[in-house]
Order: sequence, then C-alpha cells, then structure tokens
Amino acid sequence: MRDYLRTHAGEARLFVVLAALTLYLGFASPTFLSAGNLASLLNNNAVNVIWAVGLLVVLIAGGIDISFAVGASVAQYLTALALHAVGGGNWLCGLLFAGAFGIAIGCINAALIAGFRVISIVITIATFNALFGLLMFTTSGKSIYDLPDWWTDRIAVASLGAGGALTLPVAGMVAAMAATWFLISRTTTGRQIYAFGDNPEGARRAGVATVKIQFIAYGWLGLMAGIGGLMQVNLAQEVVPNALIGRELDVLAAVVLGGARLGGGRGSVFGCFLGVTLVAVVQNGLNLLGVSPYAFKMLIGLTILAAISLSNFDMGALLAGGSRRHGHVGNH
Amino acid sequence: MSAITERRVFTERLGRMFGRDVTGLLGLLVLTVVVFGLTTPQFLSLGNFDSIGFQLPDLGLLTLAMLAPIMGNGINLAIIATANLSGLTLAWILNINGGPQAGVLAFVVGVVAALAVGGASGAAMGVVIAYFGAHPILASLAMMIFLKGLGEYLTRGGDISGFPAFLGEIGHGVVLGIPVPMLLFAVAAIVWHVLLARTRHGFSVAMIGSNPRASEYSGIAVKRSLTLVYALSGVMCALAGILMLTEFNSVRVGHGEALLLVTVLACFLGGVDPNGGFGRVAPVFVSLLILQTLSSGLNLLGANQHLSTAVWGLFLIAVMVFRYLAPTLRALFEIVRRPPPAALAPTRDSKR
Repeated sequence: MRDYLRTHAGEARLFVVLAALTLYLGFASPTFLSAGNLASLLNNNAVNVIWAVGLLVVLIAGGIDISFAVGASVAQYLTALALHAVGGGNWLCGLLFAGAFGIAIGCINAALIAGFRVISIVITIATFNALFGLLMFTTSGKSIYDLPDWWTDRIAVASLGAGGALTLPVAGMVAAMAATWFLISRTTTGRQIYAFGDNPEGARRAGVATVKIQFIAYGWLGLMAGIGGLMQVNLAQEVVPNALIGRELDVLAAVVLGGARLGGGRGSVFGCFLGVTLVAVVQNGLNLLGVSPYAFKMLIGLTILAAISLSNFDMGALLAGGSRRHGHVGNH
Repeated sequence: MSAITERRVFTERLGRMFGRDVTGLLGLLVLTVVVFGLTTPQFLSLGNFDSIGFQLPDLGLLTLAMLAPIMGNGINLAIIATANLSGLTLAWILNINGGPQAGVLAFVVGVVAALAVGGASGAAMGVVIAYFGAHPILASLAMMIFLKGLGEYLTRGGDISGFPAFLGEIGHGVVLGIPVPMLLFAVAAIVWHVLLARTRHGFSVAMIGSNPRASEYSGIAVKRSLTLVYALSGVMCALAGILMLTEFNSVRVGHGEALLLVTVLACFLGGVDPNGGFGRVAPVFVSLLILQTLSSGLNLLGANQHLSTAVWGLFLIAVMVFRYLAPTLRALFEIVRRPPPAALAPTRDSKR
C-alpha cells in the first residue's frame, strides 16, 4: 500500500480530491448519491473511459493521437453501412466490424508515424483533417437513423438499486479497462510499451521491436475508438458523422489529469478512470447544485487548470526549474 | 554543362535569398497555381485573388499566434478561444457605447481592451506552463476550455452584433487594390518575423525550444521568455479576433473553431520543427498561401470545404513523406548524374 502511494502519488492525490468532492456533494445534494444519478453518470461517461484507456496506451508509448474521435466516427459510419450490407447482423458482428475498422485507422497512423519517422502529433493532426474531411464529404454530413434494433436497444447489465440500471456501455467500459490493464501491466508487450515511451532509443538497443510497439499502441487505441463508437451509438440511437468531433481534447485533458505523462513512460488505467470521473463529477455536481449550465465549461476549465498547477507545484517544479515539462510530445 | 551550373547558381542564390525551405514551398505554390489555372478558367481571375486576400488573414494571424509557442517547444491550443474572447471584449465595449452609433474613440478603447484581454489570457497560460511546469498541451487545453466556457457564460451561447458601419472599412475595405485584412496580416507577419528572427526575445525562444536546460545554464531567463511568448501569442489571437469581428460584423463563441488544427498544419507544412527551436515566418506564410490556394481552387472546381479539409490533411502527409524521402532521392539523383566513385557517398547525414 505504501509502495503504491509512492509510485502512484498522482493517482492517490486525485483519488483524495475525488473522494472529498463526492463526500461534499453527497451532503450538499440529496440526489447525488442516489442510484439513478450514479448510474447515469457511469452510463454517460463509459464511452469517454473506453477512449481514455485507449489513448493511455498511446501516451505511455510516448505518442499522442488527436484523430481517434474522428476515427471512431468513421468506424461508426462504416460499421453502420457494413451491417446494412450484411442485413442487420448482431453484437458479435458489430464488434468485429467496429473493431476492425478502428484498428485499420490506428494502423494507418502507426504506419505513417513509424514508417516515415514523423512526430505523432503532426501525423494525427493530418489524419484528423483527412478523415474528417473525407467523412463529411462522402456522407454529405447525413446522419443514419435506420439502425438494427439490437444496436439501439438499451440493455441493462446490472442494477445499483431502484431506477439505477447500468447499461451495456458500462460493461464495455469495464471490459476495456480490464483488457488495457492486462495489456500494460501483465504482459511483456506492456512492459515494452512503457520502456519504449520512456526512452525509445534505449528500448531499441535493448531489443524492443519499436515498429511493432507503435503498431500495437495505435492499433489498441483504434480498437478502443471503434468499440467506444459502437457503444456511443447504443446510447445516442443514431450515427451522426460530426457528433464526436471535439471529444478528443476533453478525453486527452482527462487522461493527462489522471497522471499519464505527455512524453511517455507513465500512466495507469485507474488514473485514467479517475481523470474522466473527476471531470464528470464536477459537471454533475454543478448541475445538481443549480449552477447555470452556461458556467459549466468555465468551471471545469478552472478545475483542470487548478489541478495541473497544484499537481506540478507539489512536484517541486518551481525549484527544479520546470524541467519536468521538457520530456514533450515524443521524439520519434 | 554550363546551363546546369548556371541553373545551380541561380537556385543556390534563390536558396540563399529565401532559404531552401521557402524555395521548395514556392515551387509547390507555383505548381498548385498552374494546375488550377489550367483546369479552371476563373482561377486566375482578379475576383479569386481578391477572395483569397479576404479569407487568408484570419487563418494567417491565428497561425502566427500558433507559430511562436511551437518555436519554444510548446503549443497554444487556446488560440481560437482567446480570439473569440478578445472579440467579445471589443463587442462589449462597442455595445455599451451605443452599438451602431459608437464612435472611433470607443473602437480604439475596445481594441486596446481586446488586446489586453488576449495578452492577459496568454500570460496566465504562460505562467502555468513556465512557472508551474505544466505541459503546454494540457495547460493550453485547460485554458481553451476555460476561456470558451467564460465566453459561453457571458453570452449565453448567443452572438453579439450591431456594430458601427466604419468597421466594415477594415473588414471589407481595399487600399491601393489590396484588401485591408491582407495588409494587416502582412504587417503582422513582418513584425512577427522581426520579433522571432531579429530580436533577443526571439533568439531566446528558439534556444529554449532547442534545449531548455542548456538555455537556462546559458543565462537565458527561460521562465520569463516562455511567459512572454504565450502573452504575445495571446495578443496576436486578439488581433485575429478583432479582424474577425470587423469581417463578420458579429462575435460568437466557437466561431472559427475548425481553424485550430489547420493552424498547426500550416506551421508544420511551413517547416517549423515540431520539437521546437526551428521555424521561420516566411515559409509559413508561403504554406498558408498554398493551403488557401488549394482551398479556393477546389472550391471553384465545385468541391466543398470538407474536401479541402481532407486535401489539406493528405497534403501535409505527402509533404512529410517527401521530406523523409528527400535525402534518399537527392542521393539517388547524384548517383545517376556522377561517375561511380561518388556513388559510395550517399548518406542520410544531411537529414536534420
């Protein structure tokens, strides 16, 4: 336990903040801890967590990906078309399609980044523009409402009590978290991802297949983007080509808030979950306390600014000359 | 043979004059102009260049605002939010001074206030980055969410309009045949060039971008310079916000959000090093011209903005791939042209 606190100080601090916030909201608002509210919090943020753990793997590997939300939109749209072509399909079919399209998009990013040694932020901004432009151009921005019933039916997987049914996206979230945790903490590949993110050249000399690692990292995020997109349709009941744009930056902020380091080599699934949850709880709490919805974003931005300032302040960055900042977006 | 040497001397002189990066990009620009000129008759018309002259400056000013932080190995993702909030400041001051009846004095006061708001937002972000050691992506992202939220809170998501008529003279005016926004952008670009390439501050920023620790040990005031670069970036955003207000005669939070990643794209296309330290205004200026030319050419061919977005992205990928392959291609070219012994020499060492 003490070891965990020492190695995961960021997560521990975030957890304390979240616990304090939960306690306060529990007293301040009678509905906050109700089964209905907690269930809707989880249901509505499950997709963000799925994307967050995918992005986490890329961040650990020292990269960054701006294009995954657009990738999820493309995967959603292609999946809807493919399901239409095969005459409806089922969940297995949908998972296969969405996963495959997502992985394909991730592999395009990986191929460009690893193949031409371009820094990941440049490539993913380019693929963001290319994919979004092509998606909007070829679909003319048309939404798809005619979807198979199995896809849009709400499926309750568990209950938190009266009126608090957890739906399928939450199950997807748990599965994604478990699988990502297993990948990065319990496999050799996972250790290699950390090693590569921390020191690409060192990892290469130690015999890590660096190209393979990048394909795995971006492919994993692609898979999560595809599955998240699939789950998001289950919530929204429709496929809108530009609905997910902009979510990538919110997810990125939450993941980094959760202790993942831009520049690679650090981050955990639990931290990811805490980061997304903190942002969600702040928004939910403001709502319950009767704050004007127009002020939400402002206060969330302030929360993140305060959190990053405080967390870096504690690290003694002031004394160390701010040198922690200079790991940066990845240098491969 | 002499023709070849002559051509070499010519290209070398061009290269010295503008830098090799600029000549390459100028070639690309000429290529796009020629291709569109041959395929669409209206492309080379005056009206088209006029529309480019009015469309380019918004993106251009925002790209300048993005360029400086990237030079310092950072990024400013809050540029659009800063521009909009500064625009709101000006709109607010104009509105409390009579809206359409507001005088020039109110406008001047409003512009100063808008620039101050932009500078202050940038400075706040710079402090979080430089003194608290937060990562620029995260700090500017949080600042973007905050500023956008603040704007939403103040405007309730609506837009503000009803400004004095003389603002149209700035947004749509023409002086000596050149659109006023273009003139404004040209002046801003020159100022930015001087700032980054000719002043002590610009030198500091480039050094910090290359190696922050070495800069610190060399006696550069790293934290102060970083804060200042984000503050200046904020001022440039404010200028873009003011220009957008005069062009569209309204301000709305979220306006121009699609430009955010395009500005980064323009910087990278213009050869700015994503890892900081290297970057010049001139090639970025040319890359902006290329992007705008591509966009209006495709527009004339009947494609919509979304196809342009896709082409911009693909274009950036193509340029990155070409930059990767260029040393190899050059080496191959040398092998073909020279007798065999020189063939032993091809290396990639020239790649930065």
